[in-house]
Order: sequence, then C-alpha cells, then structure tokens
Amino acid sequence: MSALTTHPTAEPTGVRALAKRLSLHLDTLPTAAAVVIFIGMIVYGEAAYGRIVQFNTLSNLLINNAHLVILTVGLTFVILTGGIDLSVGAVIAFSSVAGVMLMNAGWNPWLAMLLMVLIGTAFGAASGVLVQYFHVQPFIATLAMMFLGRGLASILSTVPERLADDSPLRSLGTQIEIYDGPKVDDIVITPGVIIAAIVVAAAFFVLHRTRTGRTVYAIGGSEQSAALMGLPVAATKMWVYIISGTLSGLAAVVYTARLGSAQNITGIGWELDAIAATVIGGTLLTGGAGFVLGSVVGALVLGLMNVLITRDGGIPPEATTIITGGILLVFVLLQRAVLARRRE
Amino acid sequence: MSANAHGPSEALKGLVRRQYFWGIVAIALLLLVNLIKDPGYLAVSIGSSGNLVGNVIDILRAAAPIILIAVGMCLVVATGGIDLSVGSVMVVAGAVSMEFLKGAPDTVGSGLAAIGLVVVVSAALGAVNGALVSVVGLQPFISTLVIMLAGRGLAKVITGGQNTSATNETFRWIANGYVLGLPVVFLLALLLAVAMGLLVRRSALGLMLEAIGMDAKAARLAGVNRRALLFTVYILGGVLAGFAGVFATASVMTVDVSRTGYQLELDAILAVVIGGTSLAGGKFNITGAVVGAILIATLDKTVVFLGVSSSATPAFKAVVIVVLCLLQSERVRRMFRQRRAAGAARPAEREVVAA
Repeated sequence: MSALTTHPTAEPTGVRALAKRLSLHLDTLPTAAAVVIFIGMIVYGEAAYGRIVQFNTLSNLLINNAHLVILTVGLTFVILTGGIDLSVGAVIAFSSVAGVMLMNAGWNPWLAMLLMVLIGTAFGAASGVLVQYFHVQPFIATLAMMFLGRGLASILSTVPERLADDSPLRSLGTQIEIYDGPKVDDIVITPGVIIAAIVVAAAFFVLHRTRTGRTVYAIGGSEQSAALMGLPVAATKMWVYIISGTLSGLAAVVYTARLGSAQNITGIGWELDAIAATVIGGTLLTGGAGFVLGSVVGALVLGLMNVLITRDGGIPPEATTIITGGILLVFVLLQRAVLARRRE
Repeated sequence: MSANAHGPSEALKGLVRRQYFWGIVAIALLLLVNLIKDPGYLAVSIGSSGNLVGNVIDILRAAAPIILIAVGMCLVVATGGIDLSVGSVMVVAGAVSMEFLKGAPDTVGSGLAAIGLVVVVSAALGAVNGALVSVVGLQPFISTLVIMLAGRGLAKVITGGQNTSATNETFRWIANGYVLGLPVVFLLALLLAVAMGLLVRRSALGLMLEAIGMDAKAARLAGVNRRALLFTVYILGGVLAGFAGVFATASVMTVDVSRTGYQLELDAILAVVIGGTSLAGGKFNITGAVVGAILIATLDKTVVFLGVSSSATPAFKAVVIVVLCLLQSERVRRMFRQRRAAGAARPAEREVVAA
C-alpha cells in the first residue's frame, strides 16, 4: 500500500468561509428538517397533551431510547459507506438471550456482558467478510445474519429469560437523580444513557476528526475513487460492519439492563427503527453524506413519536411500524428530491 | 428449457450441469436421512376418502406457498431487484381474507370473493413496490423492506391485533382438498408456476427481464420498457405472495398475525438461489426455483422430524444461504477453477453447453 496521506487544504477565512459553509449546508437540509420536526413534535405534544416539556418526560425519552441511539450510531457508519445492516435487531435478541442465560447459569456478570458485546462484534465481522471479501450484497449478507441471530436465539430459548434481581447488569439500568425538581419532575439518567452519550461522542470524533472517518465518507461518495486515492477501502468496510455489530451488542447490554429480561423475539423490526432514525437524521441511503448527531435526533424523533402515540391513545400501537415506514419513505423521497436538484 | 441433448447419457450430463440438479440431490439426501430414522417414512398410502396420505404428500403441501413466492422472487431477482416483502404480503392477504370471511356466509361465492379481494390487495402492495422501484427509482431492497416491516403492522391493524379465524368450506378446500389424490394446493402452485414459466419463456418477456437485470441502460437503448416491466414484475410477485398467503392461512382457517409468512422472504430467496438464479440479476430459472422450494419444504419437515424446534430452522437456512452466496462469489469460484485447472487431465470433456 502506498502511504498516501491527505492534508486538508488551508481553510478560507472570514466572510468567504461563512459563505462556503452555508453553501455546503444543502447537504444538511434533511438534518435541519429532522430538528424542525423534533421541535414541532414537542410543541404539538405540549399543546395537545401537556406534560411534554418537563424534565421527567425528556429524561425518560433519553432513558428509553438509549439502546436505539447506540444502534443508530452503528448503522450510520454502515449507511455512510453505502451499505446496510439488517441484522441489528436479531443480534440484540441473540446477544441478550445468551448473556442473561449465562449470567443465570452462574457466569461472572461482567464477563458475560463483555461476551454480549463480542457476540455483536462476531456477527459484524461475519457480515463484513461476506460483503468485502466475497462481494455478497450487503443486504443479503446481513439478512442472512439476521435470520442466523434470530434462529440461534430461538435455539437457546423461546421464553422470556429473567435476569436475577441482584445482577450487576441491572445496575446499568438504575436511575440516578441529577437534579431534584418539584414532585417527580427530576432530571434522571441511567448509566445506559451515559454509555449512549459516550458512544455518540466517540462516533462524532471518529467520523469527523480521524482518517478512518474521512475514509468512511469517501467510500460512500465513490468507492472506486476512494480506492484509487489509496485509501484503505477494504479494511474500512470491514470496520464499519464490525462497529455496527459491536454497537448492537452494546445496545443489547443497555436494553437488557433496563428491561431486566431477554427473549428471542426482542428487537423485531428494530432494524427499521434504526434505518429510519439514520435516514431521518439526514444520512443519505446511498452513502457519502450524513451526520451522526442527526441520527441521534432521528432516534429521538422516533422515541417521541412513540410517546405521543401512547399519550394520544387513539392510534393502535400496531400502527407504529406503518407510521415509521411511512416517515422513512417520505425522508428517502425527500433525499432523492434534494439530490436531483443538486445534480441540475 | 429443454437441454440440447441427443441421447439419454447426454441428457443426464446436461441435467448434472444444471445447478438445480444439486437441489434434487439434496432433497434425496434429506429424505434418506429421514428414511434412516424411520424406515417407513416414504410410505404413501391411500387414505379413507381415496386420497394419498404420507409424509411426502405433506412435504408437497408445505412446498406450495414457497413455490409461489419463489417463482415471484425469481422474476424480481432476474431484473436485478429483490422483494423482501413477500412474507408480509402473505400475512396481509391472510388477514384480509379471514376478516372478510368472518362476516360472510359460508358459500362458494364468498370464498371466491375473498380470493378476489386478496388479489386486489396484494396487487396493490406489489404496485407500491413497483412504483417506488420503477417510477421513483429507489433501491429495491429499501422499498420492499418498508413494506416488509410495515406490512405486518398493517395486518395487525386489519385484524385489530387478533388472530382472526373464519369458516368457509370453499376456502378450506383449497388448502385441504384433493384432486386425483394429490393436494389441491400443490397442484395449484405447480399450475401457476408452469403458467408463469410458459408466459416468460414462450414470449420475449423473460428475455427482457434478464436484459434489465444485466444492464438497465443497454436494455433501455434496446427499446425495453423498463418502467412498465418492473411495475409488472413487482405486481406479479405481490399477487403470487397473496396466493401463498391464502394457502398458508386456509389450511388452518386462521391468520396468525405474528407468525403467518414470518421470515418467508429468506425461504424465497434461498429457493431462488438454490435453483441457480444469481442474486446479481440477469438470469433466472423457474424450474430451479420450484426445486429449491421443494427442497426447503423438505428441510423444514426434516428439521422438525429430527426433533429440533421449528423456530430454529432460520439458523440452518441462514447457514445454507451463506454457503450458497459464497459458492456464487467470484473469489471462491476462482479458487475452484484454479484447482480444477491444475488437476484437469481431460480438458476436451469440458465443452460449453449452451444454456
């Protein structure tokens, strides 16, 4: 491999820099749309149902969606390269069922937790090898992993596996009160939320401040060009699937800690949620453009949508996937419209 | 799809070269495994009402819905696309028919009306896929993924989250009836598969589908109406999946909103790949897909017969599809070619057979 390193060219300064930044922001239109939608949903929810803009509700929004945020971050890496990972939900099912059963069988809980994350890593690595070295289409490779994970989880157990009450894993789900508000209106977080925040910060750093991150974007822009530039395309494509798998394993830990049980049907349809969150957050499904922070907003939009549907009570909960699918479609179409305009 | 053979030995050679030959071998092996466990496994007896009864007949019955979705998937894959929504279209079809029959009188007319309703609804879902793929130009897997995940939600909304059941003798006959001693479902599935095969292979339709799958741009320059064809193919896939849903629900006259058609996308993809259709598009083999579907039904029955939980079968199938994808990949093929070239003593025997 030739050691070609890319040096950023000198940034223009002053007004011109500002203008340049703004002109780049056509990419960020979907992300901006997601932020607007999020704020709009909060305003609407507050006006229609009340008790939305308060510490309690917003804390719960974060706590209940920490696992989704982690998943979405992983998927953002994969989608940025133009790939897809459909296995995330099934990996969570297998990882959490295996982890809880091992803990109940007397394994060291911390070791079991590490194994839960590593199970995710293994699935991601398998997908990565299939995609990169055997040129299997990403959705076929990860679809196979999805069925493998779901099948393995079903082999282990088909009933809810309950975590022991004194398991240290539960400590990751304990609520820590940060600010004591009036009545129950407190700011509360869990270690799971902290883990999610760390994951988001790390992903932001990797994607925007490291060579690996730039390579991820370059592959999504044009894999051929990236390879011709001497970027480590093969290794990076492996890495994004490993990252996505590992974060699925981590999401399994966080989710199981909060719920206290695991089942083989956990996480059905979460791949849609994670893909939708990523796309709502402004990441192009064709790869090459997107923001990890936008994906976080996307995940919170979906979480808030669930809160609003519950508060409303008139919409059957079964309809949630239809609405999520609809939103995903609208955003994909929006992206195509923006891209088409840019080409003109 | 006749092999250009001149003698019985040539015909056999041609058959061995076809990829679905190995599917037939696999079916035979699976049946052999079952035969070892129970020497009477293959026995087919004549039941009380003059019908054939036996494990093999059960396999044929179970294969029927898979044959239908595999044939639909085959055509979609030929264009270089994929249809991940077949399982969800099945459950929506089941939900629609059961909800309709629940309130309808038990007559032949209402049974046929239910089937008509299924055709309309599944064609509509297929049309959504087709429109997104051909008019909007979305990647096939993302448009069908949305229907795959939202479709199950739709089925739940239709039945109100319940597993609806109904009674209708005509509808039930489709799944449980017999004609000439064979299950109606299997005959119907075979009939539809043959009809589709004749339709695409006796006209230029199949060739045009393959042209789209090989090179969409070249196909357009050659005057192939890509948009209309893609639209047609996804609608056909939807309708076939709708029939599969009728087959799957009619046998028990109940739609299980979380299990009917669940994960059957993989069965369809697997059947297609076993049959020698490349997922990269550009060629397809309907006979192969039918063989693949029967193989999967045999695999399902074998796994259960050997005492493994049926919810674990997706894991086995996932392993099979990974292996098949590896065999199709260029890297592994090159490896095999090199090995064969090194050990080839009689290169004259490897003549090219026109497919």
